[in-house]
Amino acid sequence: MPDTPLDRVAKATPQPIARRVRGLSDRAIAWIFVAPTIFLLLAVNIFPLIWTIRLSFTNFRANRNREVEWVGLRNYERILTDTDIWLTMQATAHFLFWTIFFQVLIGFTLAYLINKKFRGNGLWTTIIVLPMMLSPAVVGNFWTFLYQPQIGLFNYVVAFFTGVDPSSFEMIGSVRLAPWAIVIVDTWMWTPFVMLICLAGLRSIPDYIYEAAEIDRASKWRQFWTITVPMVLPFLMLAVLFRGIENFKMFDLVVQLTGGGPGSTTELTSINLKREAFEKWRTGYASAYAIILFVTVFGLASIYVKALNRVKER
Amino acid sequence: MSAHAITEPSSRQKWIAGILVIGYALITIMPMIWIVMTGFKSPADAISYPPKVVFEPTLEGYVNLFTTRTRQTDEFLAANPPETWYEEIVRQYDMVIAGPSRYGERFLNSVIIGFGSTFLSVFLGTLAAYAFSRFKVPLKDDLLFFILSTRMMPPIAVAIPIFLMFRTLGLSDTHLGMILLYTAVNISLAVWLLKGFIDEIPREYEEAALIDGYTRFQAFYKVVLPQAATGIASTAIFCLIFSWNEYAFAVLLTSGTAQTAPPFIPTIIGVGGQDWPAVAAGATLFLIPVVVFTVLLRKHLLRGITFGAVRK
Repeated sequence: MPDTPLDRVAKATPQPIARRVRGLSDRAIAWIFVAPTIFLLLAVNIFPLIWTIRLSFTNFRANRNREVEWVGLRNYERILTDTDIWLTMQATAHFLFWTIFFQVLIGFTLAYLINKKFRGNGLWTTIIVLPMMLSPAVVGNFWTFLYQPQIGLFNYVVAFFTGVDPSSFEMIGSVRLAPWAIVIVDTWMWTPFVMLICLAGLRSIPDYIYEAAEIDRASKWRQFWTITVPMVLPFLMLAVLFRGIENFKMFDLVVQLTGGGPGSTTELTSINLKREAFEKWRTGYASAYAIILFVTVFGLASIYVKALNRVKER
Repeated sequence: MSAHAITEPSSRQKWIAGILVIGYALITIMPMIWIVMTGFKSPADAISYPPKVVFEPTLEGYVNLFTTRTRQTDEFLAANPPETWYEEIVRQYDMVIAGPSRYGERFLNSVIIGFGSTFLSVFLGTLAAYAFSRFKVPLKDDLLFFILSTRMMPPIAVAIPIFLMFRTLGLSDTHLGMILLYTAVNISLAVWLLKGFIDEIPREYEEAALIDGYTRFQAFYKVVLPQAATGIASTAIFCLIFSWNEYAFAVLLTSGTAQTAPPFIPTIIGVGGQDWPAVAAGATLFLIPVVVFTVLLRKHLLRGITFGAVRK
């Protein structure tokens, strides 16, 4: 290190003062390092959240310049008694349940197979992972092309294997199929996510446990249910937590695929919320809606994390 | 027989597993291959029945993606013969190129906002992660959880006040506004991932440096930063991919100047509906960087997508 005048002064001064001259104290550095992040999050996350809470008690409309009135809990009351919102919640529940079901099923199976360590498994894993890294809006938009009744690749492939007429069904145009159309695309996109986490779980199981079971003459079937499944479970639950939160917030993919239609069969909560806030401009009402959604996610996630920790401790 | 051989799958099992996985992989990349192929089709080939796998490739989609075209009278067309290959493609439809399309600008916006927010979030994230990793920060766990919980909000829910805030501050539809917003969204990921990476660097290195007369700050950037380089790079790529792909905020808060590519690509329309070859061309160019990054990232992928919860 070069001997700068500052260093010479520092050497000549007693310890406590020397520290102040030579550099900031650890505590000061800790604060200087953390402060910008906290400040940014307060400005862009917490301040808006408090603002939303405030707005949720008013009848404010962002596209009009009229007197804002306090309406107390009326917005909350209206949301909780609105049957349309319950339909939206049902659509979201359907989407959440089936996407998680298929992703866990296919994702775990794939991870289990990849863990057999056949040659070239790394390359194929990378290929399988690709869809989840792509832009959901761009991909969702392109899937509307694949779902075209006559010319779409999806309908053609289904027709090819089942023998039905490819123009006889419309994935995103029919009330019956549209909820499944969004489940298919989301499963296509996010199965690799569950797969990667399961794979990490499978790889974390030490070989000696299986060896011990083999010596005890436990059947492969029994080994699977008493060793593999319980040891992968915490990983699987983590994957479900992530997918659950993400899909509860789902917006971009579905809005591009179906726009919430036909009717409101695929109108998930985020899409419904966007309609209230940025098309109908019921800002106050939408704010109350946003708070209810946030509390729901936060509440469910907290309960789930507790359960997850209990499984981990076992 | 060695003990290890008991747990090694038999070669028949490996074969079956391999075939099933490769089968799934081939199905799953079909839509992506279809996007790339459609980009090189003529509009007629793109919407033919049955879907065409063999076709004569053309750059029409790419020409349409980057240009705006107008129909002209026969006299005008006869008086002005096409000069370039792309003019020639457009002439098939009695059209002439009127000017560049918006795609270039939107792509550039994605680059500016993506790199700007990535730089900021990794810069701030590294500082915060170092502090959380090495120092006693009061309420550390609460702060870390608070940082994570900001990710649980649906973007549309936060968008309402941010929309109002941006409108008041004049940040709507500006690059700066979007960079700050994406930084705030990415920073939770950056802090959590980087804390994991920095936790793995032995403290002894810095302690040795401190004894050698380095200040804490010098120890941080001369010892810790180079050690954390791989971690910082992969965190940066994750942040970049998020900003690159983000749609909800972009569609609500930008409309012109700062609009990124994801809200723009679906709006590419031709005569009578979407111009699918042009959309596919736009999507291909937009998705290629992400594919490259994913291949580069494969080792740290798991860590990135789980906020560092699973490290392999």
